[in-house]
Amino acid sequence: MSDHQVELQTRRTPGRFARAWDSDLAYSFRRTPVAVVSAAVVLILVLSAVFAPLVAPYDPFDPASLNLMNGFTPPGQPNALTGETFFLGTDDQGRDVFSTILYGMRISLFVGFSAVLLAMVIGVVFGLLAGYVGGWVDSFIMRIADIQLTFPAILVAMLIFGIAKGITPPEYRDQMAIWVLILAIGLSDWVQFARVVRGATLVERSRDYVLAARLVGQRPFAIMIRHILPNVLNPVLVIATISLALAIIAEATLSFLGVGAPPTRPSLGTLIRIGQGFMFSGEWWILLFPAATLLALALAINLLGDWLRDALNPRLR
Amino acid sequence: MLAYIIRRVAQSVLVLLITGFVAFSMFSYVGDPVENMLGQERTQADVDRLREQLGLDQPFVVQYAKFLGQAVQGNFGLSYRQGRPVSDILSERLPATLELAAVSGLMALAGGIGLGIFTAIRRRGVGANVIMTLSLVGVSLPTFLIGILLIYVFAVQLGWLPSFGRGEVTDLGWWTTGFLTVSGLKALVLPAITLGLYQMTLIMRLVRTEMLEVLRMDYIRFARARGLRERAINFRHALKNTLVPVITITGLQLGSIIAFAIITETVFQWPGVGLLFINAIQFVDIPVMAAYLMMISVMFVAINLVVDLLYFAIDPRLRVDGRSGGH
Amino acid sequence: MTKQTLLAATAMSLLMGAAQAETLRWARAGDALTLDPHAQNEGPTLALMHQMMEPLVLRNPDGELEAALATDWSVDPDNPEVWTFSLREGVTFHDGAEFTAEDVVFSFERALSENSDMKGLISSVASVEALSDYEVEITTNGPNPLLPAALPNILMIDKDWAEANDTVDVQDVEGGEETFASQNVNGTGPYMLVSREPDVRTEMTAFEDYWGAADFPIGYSDIVYTPIQNPSTRTAALFSGEVDFIQDVPVQDLERIEADPSLKIVSSPQNRVIFYGLNVSDELVNGTPDAGNPLADGQVREAMNMALNRDAIRDVVMRGQSIPAGVIMPPFVNGWNEELNSVSTDIEAAKALMEEAGWGDGFSIQLDCPNDRYINDEAICQATVGMLAQIGVTVNLNAQPKAQHFPLVNGLESDFYMLGWGVPSYDSEYIFNFLYHTKGDLYGTWNGTRYSNPELDEMTKAIAAEVDLEARDEMIAEMWDMAKADTVYLPIHHQVLNWAMDSDVGAAVDPDDQVKVKYFTAD
Repeated sequence: MSDHQVELQTRRTPGRFARAWDSDLAYSFRRTPVAVVSAAVVLILVLSAVFAPLVAPYDPFDPASLNLMNGFTPPGQPNALTGETFFLGTDDQGRDVFSTILYGMRISLFVGFSAVLLAMVIGVVFGLLAGYVGGWVDSFIMRIADIQLTFPAILVAMLIFGIAKGITPPEYRDQMAIWVLILAIGLSDWVQFARVVRGATLVERSRDYVLAARLVGQRPFAIMIRHILPNVLNPVLVIATISLALAIIAEATLSFLGVGAPPTRPSLGTLIRIGQGFMFSGEWWILLFPAATLLALALAINLLGDWLRDALNPRLR
Repeated sequence: MLAYIIRRVAQSVLVLLITGFVAFSMFSYVGDPVENMLGQERTQADVDRLREQLGLDQPFVVQYAKFLGQAVQGNFGLSYRQGRPVSDILSERLPATLELAAVSGLMALAGGIGLGIFTAIRRRGVGANVIMTLSLVGVSLPTFLIGILLIYVFAVQLGWLPSFGRGEVTDLGWWTTGFLTVSGLKALVLPAITLGLYQMTLIMRLVRTEMLEVLRMDYIRFARARGLRERAINFRHALKNTLVPVITITGLQLGSIIAFAIITETVFQWPGVGLLFINAIQFVDIPVMAAYLMMISVMFVAINLVVDLLYFAIDPRLRVDGRSGGH
Repeated sequence: MTKQTLLAATAMSLLMGAAQAETLRWARAGDALTLDPHAQNEGPTLALMHQMMEPLVLRNPDGELEAALATDWSVDPDNPEVWTFSLREGVTFHDGAEFTAEDVVFSFERALSENSDMKGLISSVASVEALSDYEVEITTNGPNPLLPAALPNILMIDKDWAEANDTVDVQDVEGGEETFASQNVNGTGPYMLVSREPDVRTEMTAFEDYWGAADFPIGYSDIVYTPIQNPSTRTAALFSGEVDFIQDVPVQDLERIEADPSLKIVSSPQNRVIFYGLNVSDELVNGTPDAGNPLADGQVREAMNMALNRDAIRDVVMRGQSIPAGVIMPPFVNGWNEELNSVSTDIEAAKALMEEAGWGDGFSIQLDCPNDRYINDEAICQATVGMLAQIGVTVNLNAQPKAQHFPLVNGLESDFYMLGWGVPSYDSEYIFNFLYHTKGDLYGTWNGTRYSNPELDEMTKAIAAEVDLEARDEMIAEMWDMAKADTVYLPIHHQVLNWAMDSDVGAAVDPDDQVKVKYFTAD
């Protein structure tokens, strides 16, 4: 299922790739221009983020290389004091906006992917257990979900932030914020995975093949992994894609509320938070470029998720 | 049935207790209220005295027990920041949030259902696809940025709508409303759009999906075969069956609208409970934070409880607790 | 009276009424925390209360002491511990009660009570007694030549009103009871409270029987005060004409506001200096154990001081809205001179100093910084990270809200922190007392540096009681030389205060950021 991106590989290779190319999903993908464009945008953005050190002209995370006097240079124009020119201008600290966006996107994507992975693992495990085992286990897990829903992500973030500050050695605190974000967003996101998986499991559990598997004496664990899990993967994949976009935006929102990536190692969200302060002052590039990047990234992922949802639901074709 | 209800209510109470416990354990990490409560000239003795008076020198378990003891009697204490009873402050602020949530919820529901039907019926049309894509633009930007952009365009550039606050409100004694004045209604527009946009997209997509599924059902095909007009089919048969899950989801979303109002209220200086909560965090106003979290928990737990009980009443297949499970 | 004159008179009174009915819509970042005059010694709280209540001695917008409810004051030539204040006659409270000496005694006793937050300001006051209806005598613990300068924030309220409304005691959060005074006001000030919804809106209207109605411009008949937290929203409200006057203007928006013909900016150097404090003890809190503390070495501290490029911070981060500082003393304060404030940036010399001190390879340290307290605090710290990187110091920036930042400073849990300091008494003693004196229960309460200099401690106590002002000034100069030589603090800059407003608001900006609307004119 997840190798739908592999179709970019050569067609002559027999076996798996050919089968992937010919699969329904790949066919639907090729027939949907929006999906192709979105995938291309995501791919370009992800690659330029991953290879940021090679692509970016400057390293914005190296404080010694910054010159404050370069601050607020408009895009493509030389700075009035230093005479240096920057493709997309510089921000309030004299950082090259283009490089900062690439490095920032790296953090945003890392936070997004990790948070969704975390939420998915927790959600799927809890959902399977709740749906399959039922009884007090189900009640227990669903009540935990209730508690989780009660806490706004910002509070979860602040709590984890506080605890993390107590236990991380000072030299690692700079990077700590990123792990806190992952935990906070991941923890506030698992519930929807759990609910969907639980619902699907409840339905699958009473199907004949599961009853049969149980009759031949298969262990519950094996039944869950081998029979039920593959059948709930489709909705999980759809939720994961949409959650990725949401997680990247949630990161930006937390940053606005003051619990985000530190300004010395900014994510896209931190850049937007900093940039929105310059909305009235004429330095539009500090806000516009990071915001446009975030929009492009989140929109492309959302569109992919949309397509995936329709494509994986055979009744909607 | 009765046993199930009793058990379910007991669980809900437990959830509330645990929520409070977790909340209290985190307060010490939010900061120290004493620093905010005393001026620059305070001595160490003042700090110690105030900490002791507020009970902050005690372990959080003790603080929590105290809070619970008072909360049971309906007393949430005095706000550290305002020096007034927390229950007064909450009841003063709640109308603002509820009105904002109601308006944005209705807007999301009306807009979401309308656009959802349209995009489902004209599934392959250009208009529907444009709407589907545009709706994603709205959810691909953080709420705070949308709010600030709206302020920039409609308040600063065009000067049509106010940039902050609730406008003129009418005091009905137990409730303050912005519905009765022009300025109050104008003030609602931008925050309601900001807050409702995400929910509207969600509902629109849900309605579209459900409609598409229903439209494929046999009875709709029969209706078509019987020669009923498209319009009648779409609205009388398909929509009716779509609405049940939509209403359920919207109900569940109501709680999250109120929780998400925090950001909208901060951007628009909307005097609701969300802004109150953000202020409380900045000031480490523990009684207000605790009461707000308790209020939100009660709301979520109540909504969940009602939904579960409804499901239980409607659909016997979901009575999972009666079975022994898979072992 | 003929018909015509009657008409003219009516028209006249209508016109005058129109001219007087001006409302000032005023916004700033935060709201007053209470209306109880003795419960919170905090800027925005005092700013709001000053419209409605008055002290004996006021600081006017020029930063000078001015007679308010006291017309005259003097110290007993034979006993420097005894002061006599003559009170203004014919002053009434908003409810019509007369202002007399018994109200002064009551207000001082209230301000000195245990729950009062103002008692630190007047800790030198031993007793206050009424000599007659319009004369009070204040006795101090030891001579205090600066007593009048301590009084501008000690506001007077009516004794009978307080007793009638059971609000004699200062607001006490722990007690569980809301006090009447936290929501209601009966002062002698130029404006009366109309309504108040905390954090939302406070309305005031001019007090008709104000004693100074003829002496001050009082250009506005009404005030509507609204806190707007989000800086962009606050500026937007001014641009869209929803408010007339804002404080806490983001520095990056000044240019655009100035370019708008219907708006203007009024600025003044602020009574607040921003600086870094350094842990000078043997061990870092956040360092590797037993590795020693580089900051204990005066040469390292001096090198860091030289590495700070204050001009760049002013030009870029502050957009010209700061005055580089070489001393942690605002420019209005007694003891100030330009020479003390001089400072220069020299990266090469700083590197050489680091080398000499044996830290040529640099070291790593955490900088604790607030992100919601001072103008562009976080951006200043961020710029500092880059500047210190030039001399090999790796700085980890820990920027967080003030509620989490200040406990670090006061709990001695920070090695390198940002702090801002205003001097309400306008005298150096205040700085030495709180920031340089060895940290203890009464003195050095804000000294987070672990710096302890017995000689300086002794002199701090000595200047508090020195009545010979010339000798006192000499001591202060000597103390500043000692303090500067040790470089325990790295001064950054003096903040510049900006108020933005509609062009027809005539505002008198005040170095303490204390709005006093009675000095405003409306054109």
